[in-house]
Amino acid sequence: MSEQRGVWLYAVTREAGGGGQRGVAGEPVRTVEASGLVAVVGDVPLDTFGEQALHRNLEDLDWLGAVARAHDAVIGAVARTGPVVPIRLATVYHDDDGVRGVLEERAEEFGRTLDRVAGRTEWGVKAFVDVPPPVPRTEEAPSRRGAGAAYLARRRAERDTQAEAERLAVEQAGKVHFRLTGLATAARTHPPQSKELSGHGGQMVLNAAYLVDDDRSRSFAEAVAACDQDSPAVRVQLTGPWPPYSFADWEDR
Amino acid sequence: MTEPVPATVADRPVSLVDLLDRVLAGGVVVSGEITLSIADVDLVHISLRTLLSSVSALVPAHD
Repeated sequence: MSEQRGVWLYAVTREAGGGGQRGVAGEPVRTVEASGLVAVVGDVPLDTFGEQALHRNLEDLDWLGAVARAHDAVIGAVARTGPVVPIRLATVYHDDDGVRGVLEERAEEFGRTLDRVAGRTEWGVKAFVDVPPPVPRTEEAPSRRGAGAAYLARRRAERDTQAEAERLAVEQAGKVHFRLTGLATAARTHPPQSKELSGHGGQMVLNAAYLVDDDRSRSFAEAVAACDQDSPAVRVQLTGPWPPYSFADWEDR
Repeated sequence: MTEPVPATVADRPVSLVDLLDRVLAGGVVVSGEITLSIADVDLVHISLRTLLSSVSALVPAHD
């Protein structure tokens, strides 16, 4: 059976290193070089990774999860050997010439991004607050003003409590972000993850990424821990180290 | 809980949601030849829909 193959692009770096990695299709990862840059690629079967197949397979969470982890593992291995530009998931070429074309066409941008992320690591920080439970709906003795007025007063109190909690949460998240941004060379915020997806209790009030000099990783992590300790109402969680996913794109900055 | 030393953070398994935040919404976007017509928004949209329909599979009982 002749199998059509495409070239899956994982990352761009300056020097080929490491080796022995397996990619999203279990294929051995290899390199393509042009313009002083090294593209880390793998040969993938198009019956699974072609355009139509991708549309179908991306709907399968198990498939997506496995591919995302494999893609990240290859990029992570490159990141351990030197600066890396991670490529977004599912970028596939017909052949090596297509990859070389991108390296040549984008050499300047790749070079700038590699310079910016060299010696630095992305850390993720998420902050959660516990949303206060609704005021218990106890039956109240009817006041002289009647049940309607009591109901309105109760609703107002609930709304005020909720609004105040949200205001404090946003303020606290802002403080955390400001403090951590001061320790980073760059910061980006992602949209908060939904409660269902994050699997955490509470409301996510900060979902940020920070690009931190490697020699400041420890003090950054300590600052995150301190933010977590600062306020019992806000939980602050560190993730990483990540390849610089949030700081690699030159298009939207 | 957050640990003060980055190395211990690295030992923790990466959550799929955090990972997808990065591999689908981050990284450099360059035009693939084969995947040209799968727009970025498309990718994120498809994946989000997948995630939402599989929430129970995603949410671990711990942490």
